[in-house]
Amino acid sequence: MAERERRLTRPFGGVFVARTQVMDADDLRRATWRMAHEIIEANGGVDEVVLIGLQTGGVPLAERLQEALLEIEGVDVPVGKLDVAFHRDDIGLRPVLPEAVTDVPFHLDGAVVVLVDDVLFTGRTIRAALDAITSFGRPRAIQLAVMVDRGHRELPIRPDYVGKNLPTRKDEAVDVHDDGVDLGEVVK
Amino acid sequence: MTDLLSISDLERGDIERLLDLTDHFAEVSARPIPKVPALRGKTVVSLFYEDSTRTRLSFETAAKRLSADTMNFSVSTSSVKKGESLRDTAQTIEAMGIDCVVVRHKSSGVPWQLTRWVDAAVVNAGDGWHEHPTQALLDCYTIRQQRGSLDGMHIAIVGDVKHSRVARSDIWAFTKLGATVTVVAPPTLLPPAIGTYPVRVSHDIDSVLPTVDAVYLLRMQRERMTEALLPSLREYTATYGLTRERARLLPDDALVMHPGPINRGVEVDPDVADEVRSVIIDQVRNGVSVRMAVLFLLLGSGSELLPPEVAVPEAV
Amino acid sequence: MPQPTLVIKGGRLVDATGTRSGDVVVGDDGSILAVGPDLDAPEVLDAGGCVVSPGFVDVHTHLREPGKEEAETIETGARGAAAGGYTCILAMPNTTPAIDSAAVVREVLELGRSAPCDVRTSGAITVGRAGEQLAPIAEMAKLGVRFFTDDGTGVQDTRLMRRAMEYASALDVVLAQHCEDDAMAGGGHMHEGEWSSRLGIAGQPAEAEELMVMRDIALARLTGARIHFQHLSTEGSVAMVRAAKAGGMDLTCEATTHHFTLTDECCATYDAVFKVNPPLRTANDVAAVRAGLADGTIDCIATDHAPHTPDAKEQPFDEAPPGMLGLETALGLALTELDFDIEEVVALLSWRPAQLLGVEDRHGGPIIEGRRANLCVFDPEEEWTVDADTMHSRSRNTPYAGRRLRGRVRHTLLEGEPVLRSGEATR
Repeated sequence: MAERERRLTRPFGGVFVARTQVMDADDLRRATWRMAHEIIEANGGVDEVVLIGLQTGGVPLAERLQEALLEIEGVDVPVGKLDVAFHRDDIGLRPVLPEAVTDVPFHLDGAVVVLVDDVLFTGRTIRAALDAITSFGRPRAIQLAVMVDRGHRELPIRPDYVGKNLPTRKDEAVDVHDDGVDLGEVVK
Repeated sequence: MTDLLSISDLERGDIERLLDLTDHFAEVSARPIPKVPALRGKTVVSLFYEDSTRTRLSFETAAKRLSADTMNFSVSTSSVKKGESLRDTAQTIEAMGIDCVVVRHKSSGVPWQLTRWVDAAVVNAGDGWHEHPTQALLDCYTIRQQRGSLDGMHIAIVGDVKHSRVARSDIWAFTKLGATVTVVAPPTLLPPAIGTYPVRVSHDIDSVLPTVDAVYLLRMQRERMTEALLPSLREYTATYGLTRERARLLPDDALVMHPGPINRGVEVDPDVADEVRSVIIDQVRNGVSVRMAVLFLLLGSGSELLPPEVAVPEAV
Repeated sequence: MPQPTLVIKGGRLVDATGTRSGDVVVGDDGSILAVGPDLDAPEVLDAGGCVVSPGFVDVHTHLREPGKEEAETIETGARGAAAGGYTCILAMPNTTPAIDSAAVVREVLELGRSAPCDVRTSGAITVGRAGEQLAPIAEMAKLGVRFFTDDGTGVQDTRLMRRAMEYASALDVVLAQHCEDDAMAGGGHMHEGEWSSRLGIAGQPAEAEELMVMRDIALARLTGARIHFQHLSTEGSVAMVRAAKAGGMDLTCEATTHHFTLTDECCATYDAVFKVNPPLRTANDVAAVRAGLADGTIDCIATDHAPHTPDAKEQPFDEAPPGMLGLETALGLALTELDFDIEEVVALLSWRPAQLLGVEDRHGGPIIEGRRANLCVFDPEEEWTVDADTMHSRSRNTPYAGRRLRGRVRHTLLEGEPVLRSGEATR
């Protein structure tokens, strides 16, 4: 679950107050391009690659990666959207509100799926996404791209492509938006 | 929301949130493997005191697509036949550790009584003549799917409104969502005090059909004939049935709806039911998605939906 | 010479002759020995702040015995009556078997002999209350039965009702009718109107009651019989009785406590404790019943005390039996809900029904030396909360659980014996 939604759900609900900007718009653009290059390099091109952005924070990032891949390789990589609310392991512990509808309008059998999210934290959202992907088919491989890896993993999950490794305290919050990335706190 | 008992006690916002949530489950239902683990470990019991294979299957499919365990308490083979009371049955089932009871009963109000005796969520799958809330939700969802919104629509509900839980739920749901409703029936098939409902009343279907965006045909029960409510089924079809000729009075894009099962040749002519404008099959398909939304809302989200005032904070 | 056993001290005496203060001395023969200031006796019953009135009389009590002893017995019903200030109750005949013969009448009267209340019984108009054949009315009348009714249902057959009236007109009896046209109300479970429509419950239209009231007024005119309408519940019924009385007809009627306190909206929770027959009606009907009580159209308050086991009332609304408890809440409801003088409330609960039943020699008479000591002592200001679990009746089906009432019975004396002392049943 992206930081933006996490802030919306009880008992974590509150208002995000930024303390410092850790990336600006240029940093975001440069990181996106670097990740696009890494995806091409790792997969020997992008013919089999599909991008799936996790609702909601991962979707714009997936779309930016798609633009970069088109410009670099001339290939229009399909982009899907995935909401993992129904696959989470903490249903019942707190309210789950589906944010936006899942939309995966292509077959995943044999594809290389690159899951895209804004922030990687405990890894539980990714676990739910891995589970959800299986109801759409059997991809050849699943990789993970995140703009910010802030540590504190609770599951054996690691990203393949990272915009920035950002050491944080567990009680801090990270907000990825169009103009950069902010580090701050959620104030109740 | 801890139970779904009726539409009449829901607000417009509640209905809209349920319909919004249904979009997600329509998507899940369209997946190659239409199953999510959202209600893993939850148990849903269908307690049907009245036969309704369609509704029961729809609820059970919904529960299974959410990975809930389902149990079917079949009244005809159970201790209820030996005189066990409603309360004893409910408490016995609950003692087995269930999370939700989906109840259908020929007596109005039984779901309310159950809420007094069990902690599990209670979903009304039809009680007497009173309400059938998930039917109304799937009807609204189907119309929304076709038209985007019910606001400003004119919907005619035709037939035995008096004895119809579907009609009562639909009247509340359609009007709460901004539609105008006209009930069309002979006076003997209208409920008492119809003037207190937010509807218009007509006894002339031919004058209503040209003005509607959708026509909802209710199922005509044959036993009404014995109660001196109608002279004959033939006369009903002649005066209120959607015959081939009458179907021509409908605007081209008007929807034809029916809760099923259809009495072909009674409330609707055999071929009219299969026309493109008929969304009867969509209603059945959407029934599963709507019931998934209801079960998920009651059992999955841990508490009520987030109140609207918790808005997405602006990035600073 | 009878010896004084107890004195009711410090109360305000209210009876048909008026209101005054004074102590009441009761003797070991069950009669009132003396009334006056500063009297003494071996036992003192405190009546400080209380009204001392003749005991209440209920013309409409379902005691369930014989046949449904799990819901109520004559014993438990009589104990509930004592707790409600009643010293005389009239058993309804819809028992199993029905009270439709001299034999059953004798059995009920025998069972009532040891009860903490004077139990009288009505008799059925037709055999088995089946509405087909006249019951032996004269034979039962010889045993002292004065009220005849098929209560639970009305006599549907117009010709049979006419014959019953003709037959009864030669006897000193009253034909009491539960007015409801089954052809119209049959299959209904609550008042037909906006609420029944919303709730999807088959209705009993007000007109079903009014049709029979109208018919029986006509039949009474034809036959000259003395008739009484039970539990009138609609505006139209009250209006018809008012008009008939204004026209000089000798007829009487009763209204129940629930018909002047509750409306059909109560059924919105589908709690069958609110299911009763005749059903709870609209606010207009409640107002009409209150107006009828106020202007004397309605002669007395009855309880239609109808006990049912919890099991019975936990069935679906349309399967549960109709009826609610009434004996222990009647006084509180009348004092709380009716804006009447205490004298008027006592008249409606005590001496008017006593005259109807023809028991005024023992009940409802003035509190004077020589009269039987069937008395009720109540605090008209005491506030209390109705608690179904502490009812004296065997059943729990009161629709007033949790309701705050003003006015509570403190002592009830039956033939000089305190059967209720400081709110506690003594036997």
